[in-house]
Amino acid sequence: MLSLTHFLVLAGILFAISVLGIFLNRKNLIILLMAIELMLLAVNYNFIAFSHYLSDTAGQIFVFFILTVAAAESAIGLAILVVLFRKLDTINVEDLGSLKG
Amino acid sequence: MDMKSLYLLIALSPLVGSVIAGLFGWAIGRRAAHVVTILGVAVSAVLSIGVLKGFLDGSTQVFNAPVYTWLTVGGFEFSVGFLVDSLTAMMLVVVTSVSLMVHIYTIGYMHEDPGYQRFFSYISLFTFSMLMLVMSNNFIQLFFGWEAVGLVSYLLIGFWFKRPTAIFANLKAFLVNRVGDFGFLLGIGLVLAYFGGSLNYSDVFAAAPALASKTIQIIPGVEWSLLTVTCILLFIGAMGKSAQFPLHVWLPDSMEGPTPISALIHAATMVTAGIFMVSRMSPLFEMSDTALNVVMVAGSITALFMGFLGVVQNDIKRVVAYSTLSQLGYMTVALGASAYSVAMFHVMTHAFFKALLFLGAGSVIMGMHHDQDMRNMGGLRKYMPITWITSLLGSLALIGTPFFSGFYSKDSIILAVESSNLSASGFAYFAVIAGVFVTAFYSFRMYFLVFHGKERWMENHAHHEHHGDHDDEEPSGDHHHGLGPNDKPHESPWVVTLPLALLAIPSVLIGFFAIHPLVGGEFFNGVIFTNLEAHPGLEAAMHHAHDAMAMGLHAFVTLPFWLAAAGVALAWFFYMKAPHIPAAIKQKFSGVHTLLENKYYMDELYFAVFAKGSRALGTFFWKVGDMLLIDGLLVNGSARLVGSVSRAVRKLQTGFIYSYAAVMIIGVLVLMTYWFKPLILR
Amino acid sequence: MSFQAVVFYVLSLILIVAAFRVVTAKNPVHAALYLVLAFFTASGHWLLLQAEFLAIALVLVYVGAVMVLFLFVVMMLDINIEKLREGFWQHFPLAGTVALVMVAEMVLILSSPEANLAGFQAGPAVAADASNVRELGRQLYTVYLLPFEAAAVVLLVAMVAAIGITMRKRADSKYINPAEQVRVRRNDRVRMVQVQAVKPEADSASDINEQQA
Repeated sequence: MLSLTHFLVLAGILFAISVLGIFLNRKNLIILLMAIELMLLAVNYNFIAFSHYLSDTAGQIFVFFILTVAAAESAIGLAILVVLFRKLDTINVEDLGSLKG
Repeated sequence: MDMKSLYLLIALSPLVGSVIAGLFGWAIGRRAAHVVTILGVAVSAVLSIGVLKGFLDGSTQVFNAPVYTWLTVGGFEFSVGFLVDSLTAMMLVVVTSVSLMVHIYTIGYMHEDPGYQRFFSYISLFTFSMLMLVMSNNFIQLFFGWEAVGLVSYLLIGFWFKRPTAIFANLKAFLVNRVGDFGFLLGIGLVLAYFGGSLNYSDVFAAAPALASKTIQIIPGVEWSLLTVTCILLFIGAMGKSAQFPLHVWLPDSMEGPTPISALIHAATMVTAGIFMVSRMSPLFEMSDTALNVVMVAGSITALFMGFLGVVQNDIKRVVAYSTLSQLGYMTVALGASAYSVAMFHVMTHAFFKALLFLGAGSVIMGMHHDQDMRNMGGLRKYMPITWITSLLGSLALIGTPFFSGFYSKDSIILAVESSNLSASGFAYFAVIAGVFVTAFYSFRMYFLVFHGKERWMENHAHHEHHGDHDDEEPSGDHHHGLGPNDKPHESPWVVTLPLALLAIPSVLIGFFAIHPLVGGEFFNGVIFTNLEAHPGLEAAMHHAHDAMAMGLHAFVTLPFWLAAAGVALAWFFYMKAPHIPAAIKQKFSGVHTLLENKYYMDELYFAVFAKGSRALGTFFWKVGDMLLIDGLLVNGSARLVGSVSRAVRKLQTGFIYSYAAVMIIGVLVLMTYWFKPLILR
Repeated sequence: MSFQAVVFYVLSLILIVAAFRVVTAKNPVHAALYLVLAFFTASGHWLLLQAEFLAIALVLVYVGAVMVLFLFVVMMLDINIEKLREGFWQHFPLAGTVALVMVAEMVLILSSPEANLAGFQAGPAVAADASNVRELGRQLYTVYLLPFEAAAVVLLVAMVAAIGITMRKRADSKYINPAEQVRVRRNDRVRMVQVQAVKPEADSASDINEQQA
């Protein structure tokens, strides 16, 4: 029988993998954005799992809003990425140092 | 009018005059300024004489009551209060009458000065401060008056503030007085700490007998008698104010001020504040033989050695100034011999004849067109008859000619010292006896140089120019005018000669009439406390004081009289008969002369030790404390610390998102570990 | 092991592998595709948890829109992958440690008695024809109406912002501004010039003649 713990541990593993991704892909903005999407997915797992095991749809509503915001975020993030690439011809984080003193 | 209002009126009317002349002097003009201040002081003088009369005939009771609560700090109440007894009454009369004379005299002396109103404001303010000092019934008000007269003294020494020497002199007076005031303040602190927590005289005196054997430890392991420490500290204050050795150095330089204030402040009244204070504290001083010995030694040194200095001075005011120092020494010796009433008696007589001498000197200076060098004078007797006769009377009083006022007070002092049983009394007796001769010598040296002999103002101009740069001897060297080749000295106007005449009367007579009540009688009973069993000094003086006439006649067979006569004779011989002898002596004993001329090198010593020392200390604090510690370590150091910390922290601030993300994630991890520690580490 | 458990474990395995490949893939295109796979498996998990609407929305919105957007961008940009991959494994020890510690802590916490997760039991089975969509819709349009409207605004703003950020002015645009056309004044178009009348000089006249000739 599946318990809440299964899903929560799975979400934790997923979150840890995204953290790993952020560490590894420290230069690549696109993969960074993807890792953030994965993190949000892990969070959504928790909400849905609790929603199921508490028989309360409020958790699903929350996931709904998180999806909305995540979509907006990735849309704007990608837009910024595109403009960045257009201006600097790179998406390497190490090259984005013009504000550094 | 009740007594409280009367005493308030005495104290405040000079203040009113001072405020009007000081703040509105520009508007009311010169005449109104001196009218209003003289009026204020005259009111005080008349009322004071009334008060003294009341005490003399026994119709006035001692008044001791608070007038106004100034402030309350915790349990301590600092109040303004008046204690008016016979001692105060005597001081009131001395202060106000001399002050009145000086006010009148100033009209003539300061006639041409642009600071006319300011001067009147200052001397009236001084009168007020001095009255507050002598009328106070507690230590705080005493200290207020003490500092206020010091302030006015500072202002008046530097009255001609464009002279660098005057500024130097007033700074010096102020600083030396600070040394004394420091001791005084510590003494007051001890009084506050140990004498029942009250600063009222009556409470303190009541608490004193119980503390006679109490000791305190200031340096751990060394027990000192509380009363001795307190009295010596208080006396250090008196040393500063009354210019006792070694804090005497400011008084000769204070002659930079105008002559009227030299007469009023630095001869007659303010410098006697220390004597007055010690007399007031007689119940405390009586309990400490050590303190009395200290007082006596300081007084003896001052009395004798300052007299020597008077012998070599050429500036007429400086001679009088050193004479003042010497006389203050006499008073202090009297205090040391427990003859407080004699000391006060000498304060009174000295106030009159020394004010007279100073004002006479001022009159001479006016006649000589502000030339103060005695070598340029001579033969002034013909030109300034009133000044001459009054100065002669003053000098006779000073040297102790029988039946003159100075005789009675000075001989009483000598008698008291002679029969004192303190260990220092031997030295003190020698000092006062020798001092008589020295006093007579320098007084009549001055007298003969100024009023007799050749009229040297014609011939000595070249000489005088040559000496113009001798700044220490001739403080006014750069601006005194002197007589032109065709000028003659002239007698001063009546506003100058009138005070001379009025002061000459008490200078001659007051001793004869006052010695019986003041020294022999019961005038100071219950006010000044003398333990006659322990300190029998006063008894001999009291014994003689009963018959002033007999005392005067008896003087002709005593040592002091012949010493004084010898001094006069020697002065006459040296400066009238054989003027080449002093020059020869000067040649022969040039070492001694140089020593005296340089005032025993006290100024140089103080300059080298204290001025240089404090400069070195200041430099040390500046270099180490300020530049190294504060600027270097605290100010720049904190900046450098921030800078270096920032330089280190800047490495964290890479500007790369991934470092921030990494740090944030690690932070989350740490927080998680911390919060869930009980869960994880179960 | 029940069928659900089998499905769970299989999907979990796929999800973890896909997620790991997302963060380690060399080619961003591959990473995006692995992300799509991860979302698909997540959608399957959510179906197990009876969140049908969200499972479908995840596929539609994420896989259909967001991931396509990612792919679109990745393919549009000419990225120098070699440069981005420089020192890729350099921080792996630290990153791996952090990730492992994180997982370990989470497992410890979740399995601890204090967390009391065993107390959470699935509620009574819902009816076969019960509509998750209906239930969510009812909640959204009643209780969460205002947040819902706000979410709509957020999406609108994001859309406007995305367009606004990326829009650029093209040089060959034939754009005209009607407002400027309306505001135009005579002085903007016509300039009056005072010209001095000049008589032609002789030599210039001869030039003309020569030309004519």
